[in-house]
Amino acid sequence: MRLKTFKQGIHPGYYKRLSENEPIKRCPFPKRVIIPLSQHTGAPCKPLVEKKDKVERGQKIGEADAFITAPVHSSVTGTVKAIEKRPHPGTGSFKAVVIEREENTEEKEWEKGQLDLQNISADDVRKIVREAGIVGLGGAAFPASVKISPPKEKPIDTIILNGCECEPYLTADHRIMLEYTDDCILGLKIIMKTVRAKRGIVGIEANKMDAYELFLEKTKDEKNIDVKLLEVKYPEGAEKMLIKALLLREVPAGGLPMDVGVVVHNVGTAVSIVEAVRDNKPLIERVVTVTGKGINNPGNFMVPIGTPFSDVIEAAGGLKDNAAKVIMGGPLMGIAQSDLGVPVIKGTSGILVLTADEIDIEEEVNCIRCARCVDHCPMYLIPTEYVRFAKGEAWERLDSCHIMDCIECGSCAFVCPSKIPIVQYIKLGKLALRNLESKKG
Amino acid sequence: MKENLIISVSPHQKEKPTTPMVMRGVIYALIPAVIASIYYFKLRAFLLIIVCIAGTILTEAVFQKLRRKTITINDGSALLTGLLLALVLPPSLPLWVGFLGAVMAIVIGKQIFGGLGQNIFNPALIGRAFLMATFPVMLTTWIKPGIFDAVSTATPLSIMKFDKNITSTLYLFLGNTGGSLGETCAIALIIGAIFLLIKKYMDWRIPLSYIGTVLILSSVLYLIKPAQYPTPWFHLFAGGLMIGALFMATDPVTSPVTKKGRYIFGVGCGILVIIIRTWGGLPEGVMYSILLMNAFTPLINRYTVPVQFGGRKK
Repeated sequence: MRLKTFKQGIHPGYYKRLSENEPIKRCPFPKRVIIPLSQHTGAPCKPLVEKKDKVERGQKIGEADAFITAPVHSSVTGTVKAIEKRPHPGTGSFKAVVIEREENTEEKEWEKGQLDLQNISADDVRKIVREAGIVGLGGAAFPASVKISPPKEKPIDTIILNGCECEPYLTADHRIMLEYTDDCILGLKIIMKTVRAKRGIVGIEANKMDAYELFLEKTKDEKNIDVKLLEVKYPEGAEKMLIKALLLREVPAGGLPMDVGVVVHNVGTAVSIVEAVRDNKPLIERVVTVTGKGINNPGNFMVPIGTPFSDVIEAAGGLKDNAAKVIMGGPLMGIAQSDLGVPVIKGTSGILVLTADEIDIEEEVNCIRCARCVDHCPMYLIPTEYVRFAKGEAWERLDSCHIMDCIECGSCAFVCPSKIPIVQYIKLGKLALRNLESKKG
Repeated sequence: MKENLIISVSPHQKEKPTTPMVMRGVIYALIPAVIASIYYFKLRAFLLIIVCIAGTILTEAVFQKLRRKTITINDGSALLTGLLLALVLPPSLPLWVGFLGAVMAIVIGKQIFGGLGQNIFNPALIGRAFLMATFPVMLTTWIKPGIFDAVSTATPLSIMKFDKNITSTLYLFLGNTGGSLGETCAIALIIGAIFLLIKKYMDWRIPLSYIGTVLILSSVLYLIKPAQYPTPWFHLFAGGLMIGALFMATDPVTSPVTKKGRYIFGVGCGILVIIIRTWGGLPEGVMYSILLMNAFTPLINRYTVPVQFGGRKK
């Protein structure tokens, strides 16, 4: 059988063995949590609590009055110690609510409730998902309530549940698919019902055969749900690539999946939606893969949002002596951290620790125009030109060669023999273009 | 906890090959051709190769020193240029002429444009074109292969062009003919190219379209008038087509970056070779075909930009 896939892309080393067989363990509650008021794409929240306030686990502590946003909740019971700028793993620093946990408290757990799929209304689901602060857990952290509220003129026929997990090392989604299979499928059904999609597809990369077979078995009586196997290739799990691979539809440049009648949700997000709709539980914890050769006991952990990286790393046996780089996310799109006091946020799919011998910071040499970047770009762009124009500050020319369509997957820099940090130049170019745009007004 | 964490921009995992590794790979791929050239043309070939390589490396170092730039002779690109230049020169060429060609290859072929990656034309071919213009007789004087004495002969292509005689394909394949150092032995070049393809240091589109075009056009000519035109096999293995299509036209710096562009580049080279060989005043046209297409590379790049994912054809 020929596996479904997209054109171009790369085949990195995956290293998933380190943690793929480790069942999800609970990360101990930390002494204090740091909950940034922005953990998502969209408007940042305003705090709903003040210093010295007592808060409960699951209590909403931040909210914004906007369409594209997601409220934040406390993941522990305790006292607000500060509301101040704190290091943030994605944006450098951001205003956060710091909560000190009450010692020896029994933290609330949510019982599995009952759910009658027939009797829930789409509007209720949207409200609940919004209130629960659910965002895409694949990494981009786009508010889930927005995704399940497509405008009327854009009917959705297919929901794709994204179980690709194409970033090397990460196994959180894999474990979720194995341990929360029923919830994944129920989540898919809830989303399908909410947006009135007729069809659901679960896309799983071929390096997770156990998950694939489990889903096949559990959906064999579901007429509207297909489980599809995808080639192991990066970035298979990028929305646009996944839609192309499964449905042969191309999301128009600058457009969204809903433009081609599709909504894609990560498997972890589907589980969170179930927990919100069925059990009334907000998004206050998530599965994080803690892995890499620089960590003593790699594994998958259920981590309260706001837990400092250092506590999570401790739960995984701590760093090895030769640990040299700590990354939030996978090795291809993840963000290197300088401060291990940064908190786990809703978009933290993994904490990857690389060792000194795995990191060779090679000096950038001249581009030899070998076009490997061109041959591997999943968006069919010409990355070498972006570097040239960004270096020459020819911003307008960047726009004319579609830099804004770049998804920053890093395939170009992965294959570049001249070790040019192409993604960095692209980010710089996009920023400069946006600044130009806003100046023009 | 841990201090001094390394911070760098994503991706944090990269493929192994580096540009110097790619350069070295191409140099290794030329070893069979080097061995063949020394086998056929003895000490002359060896000395010419050494002198050309010394010339390019020395020139690059001096040029960069004078311009107070970082000296990059370790990246292997200057060595490769010198080697390629030597392989497309006649074995009887005086060594000082070879050296001069090497100097010119680096100065006007590469450094004047800003160094590695910036040049428009293939530097080795620029070196050869310079010598061709300056010392036309020396550049078209050939010696017999396989013997120590310099007995003059002609290349299969000029024998074809001026005497209408065809050299046997087996001789062409093995390289037992008059010609430039590294161009005569087709099999050695093909072995090297297969190595590059396996290592993915070379894209197959240019060689395929270049050689394919020559094959098709020469077949058409041969079918029309078998008495007047040589066989397609002759066109493929005589002269510099193999070294040109496999090692010169594939120079990434001077060939298009788009996939479609690479096909156009190869087809263009193929058409030019057949035109020059068949109707031109020169017996061989590989060098000029590649240099001319090099000049078109920026234009080809501009007009073959692929439609981006989700984009619309205009």
